[in-house]
Amino acid sequence: MGVTPLHIVNARLLGGTTGSLLAIDGSIAALNPSDVPDGTEVVDARGLWLAPGIIDLGVFATDKPAFHFGGITRAALMPDAGPLDSPGLVERSAKGGKPDLWVHPLAAATKGLEGRELAEIGLMKQAGARAIATGRNRIADSGVMRRVLSYAASLGLVTIIHAEDEGLTAGAVATDGEMATRLGLASAPAVAEAMAIARDLALVEETGAPVHFRQVTTAKGLDLIRAAKAMGLPVLCGITPAHLLLSDTAIGDFRTFARLSPPLRSEDDRHACLTALADGTIDVLASGHDPRGPEDKRLPFAEALPGMAGAETLLALGLGFVRDGHIAPERLFDLLAATPACLLGVDAGQLKVGMEADLILIDEGTPWQVDAKRMAAWAGNTPFDGMPVQGRATAMWKGGLRIR
Amino acid sequence: MTSATLRPASDYPPGGDAFRHRHLIGIAQLTPWEISYVLDAAEEWVDLNRSGASKHDDRLAGLTIINAFFENSTRTLLSFEIAGKRLGADVVNMHAAQSSVKKGETLIDTAMTLNAMRADAMVIRHASSGAVQLIADKVDCPVLNAGDGRHEHPTQALLDALTIRRRKGRVEGLTIAICGDVLHSRVARSNILALTLLGNEVRVVAPATLTPPAIDRMHVATFTDMDEGLKDADVVMMLRLQNERMDGAYLPSAREYHALYGLTPKRLEKAKPDAIVMHPGPMNRGVEIDSNVADDPVRSTITEQVEMGVAVRMACLDILTRRKRKVAGWA
Repeated sequence: MGVTPLHIVNARLLGGTTGSLLAIDGSIAALNPSDVPDGTEVVDARGLWLAPGIIDLGVFATDKPAFHFGGITRAALMPDAGPLDSPGLVERSAKGGKPDLWVHPLAAATKGLEGRELAEIGLMKQAGARAIATGRNRIADSGVMRRVLSYAASLGLVTIIHAEDEGLTAGAVATDGEMATRLGLASAPAVAEAMAIARDLALVEETGAPVHFRQVTTAKGLDLIRAAKAMGLPVLCGITPAHLLLSDTAIGDFRTFARLSPPLRSEDDRHACLTALADGTIDVLASGHDPRGPEDKRLPFAEALPGMAGAETLLALGLGFVRDGHIAPERLFDLLAATPACLLGVDAGQLKVGMEADLILIDEGTPWQVDAKRMAAWAGNTPFDGMPVQGRATAMWKGGLRIR
Repeated sequence: MTSATLRPASDYPPGGDAFRHRHLIGIAQLTPWEISYVLDAAEEWVDLNRSGASKHDDRLAGLTIINAFFENSTRTLLSFEIAGKRLGADVVNMHAAQSSVKKGETLIDTAMTLNAMRADAMVIRHASSGAVQLIADKVDCPVLNAGDGRHEHPTQALLDALTIRRRKGRVEGLTIAICGDVLHSRVARSNILALTLLGNEVRVVAPATLTPPAIDRMHVATFTDMDEGLKDADVVMMLRLQNERMDGAYLPSAREYHALYGLTPKRLEKAKPDAIVMHPGPMNRGVEIDSNVADDPVRSTITEQVEMGVAVRMACLDILTRRKRKVAGWA
C-alpha cells in the first residue's frame, strides 16, 4: 500500500497517559515506538486525546457528513432501508461508504423483515454482512426467532435484537405514565421491553446463540440482562445517550424530535440505565442515527415517525458521562469502539498493534452547542437541540489515511 | 333553571392581564382566575342568547373566523358557528372530507393556506393529540382548540364548569365523578384539569381497561366500581362510549358495560339526592346512560350544556380577538 507511515505524538492515549502511536500500511504498528521509519509523517497532537474511531452499531442511514463530524469511522447499518435481505443489497450497502467510511451492513434476519421466513443469511455473510438484525421490530413468532438464532449462530453471526413486545406496544407512541396521560398519547407499559427480553433470553439459553439487544432502556430489562450475564449467557446490550439523559418529560409540548423507538422512559428507568452504564451491564453506546426530515417530523406527535439524528452528538454526550463520573475514559471507548468491533468481528476499535489504524483525535474540552438547524446530518432531528456540550473529534484517520 | 353567578370585576387584573393567552389550546395553560374570567364573560352571552328575537352583538363584525374541522363533528362545529355569527363575524367552515387534506396535503401546509387567507381566528378540531398546538405555532391568528385527539377539549370543560356553577351556585368544593371511557376522552382530560384546578374533588370511574395509566398523578381518585365511585357525588359526568370500544378489545359487550357502568336511576341513588347528571353528547341511550336519567328535567343538564356551549364559545372568541380589535387595555 502506498500509505505514508504515520506517527502521532504527544497524544493522551484513550484520555490516559501521554504517548505516541505509529501506523504503517494502514495498521497500528507500535505504541510509543523508540524509532520510526524514514519518511514518516509526524502529527503533534498537542495533548489531545487519541482514540480508535467510533464504531456506531445500528444506524439507519449512511450519513457520511454526520459520521465524520462525530468521529465515527465505521457504521453498522440497520437492515430496515431496503430492507437488506439479499446478498446484492448487502454488497451494495457495504460499498456505500467508500472511500472514507466503513459501512458494515447488518443483514435482515428474515425476508422483508417480516418475521416469517429466514433470509439468505449465509449468502449475505459472504456478501459482507457482519451480523444480522431484526430491524425496528422484533420477530413476533417465537418459532421463527429460535430458528433465526440457531442458524445465525452456526454461521458465527451475532443476532441484533429490538426488544419490544408487539402486543403491548401496538399503536403506542410513548411509555405509560403521567406524561403520556396528560398529553393524551397512546402509550404502552415499560414492561413490554422486559417481556421481549425474557423470551429471547430463554431462547439464547436454549440455543446458545450470541445476541445483542440493541437498546435496553428499562430497569426490569437491565435486571434480566444482568442476571443472564451472571449465568454466563452470550448476551450484550446497548443504549443511546438519549435514553440515559432524557426521560419522557422531553416529549412535553409534543416535541416530535423526542419521539424515539423504544420511547423515552420514566425518570426511574433513566436512573437505572445510568447505573447499568456504570456497573458494566451496558456494553455498547450507539447513536441510533436516524435522520428524519420535516416531512416525517413536522407532524402531530403520533403521526410523526420515531428516530433521532444522533451521530454528531454521540461522542460529546459520551464524554459527558466521563465528566460526570459515571464511567472512566477507557470504558467509554470500549462502549463506543472495542465492543462493537468485537461483535462485528473486525480488527479495529482498539489502540493495539495489528489493529486497523482508524483513529480520531479528540479535543475533550471544546465547548459547543447542539443546534438542530446547523447539523452536518441531512436532517437535524436531535432531541438535544440547544444543549451545551463539550468535546469533539478534531481529526480522523481511516486505515492510516487522514480523512478530516 | 339556572341562574347567573358572577364575580365582581375587581376580582380580575385589568385589561389583557385577565387572560394572558394568544390561543386557547388547553385548560393546562390556564390559571383558576382565567377560567373564572371566561365563565363570567360567558354569563353575559347567556343573557343575550335568551333575550328573544334579536341575538346579535356585532363586536366581531368584519372579522373572519375559520372553523377547520379535520375530524367529523356536528354539535361542536354548529356551536362555534352560531357563536361566531351571533358576534357578527364572517364564519366559514372547512370540513376535512371536502378539503385537500384528503389529497395528501400535510397539516402544516393546510394551516399555512388558511393563514394566508388572513383569518382573524381559527377553530380547529383534529383527530391527533397535539395537532392544534402544531398549527397554533405556525399561524398569525388566535387558535381555539375544538378537540385534539385524546388531549384536550377546553371549551367543553369551560361549558361544563359554567353549567355546574349555575346549577350548584359554585364550582368548588364539590365531589364530581367522571364516568366511562376516560382513556380515550379529551373531554375527561380537560374536565379533570379544570375541575381540580377550581378546587373540586374529582373521581374517575372507569373499567380498568379504559383508565389511563398514572391518572392519579392528575390529582384524581380512581374507581372501577360504579356504585362506589358515585357515592355522595354532587355531579355525575358521563362520557360517551365509542362504538368501536365495545367490540371486545376494551370491553366484552355493550350490555355488559351497561350492566356494570350504565347510569340507571337506581345507581344514581348512590349520589347525593340533588346530584346533577351531565353528558357531553352525543349519548348512547341504553348503554352508558338510561333514557329516564338523561331526560330527567331536574337532574339532567344535558341540553343546558349545549346552551352554555354557545355562550362559552362566544366569550372565548370575544376575549381572544380583543387584541386584534384593539380593545382598550388589550393591545
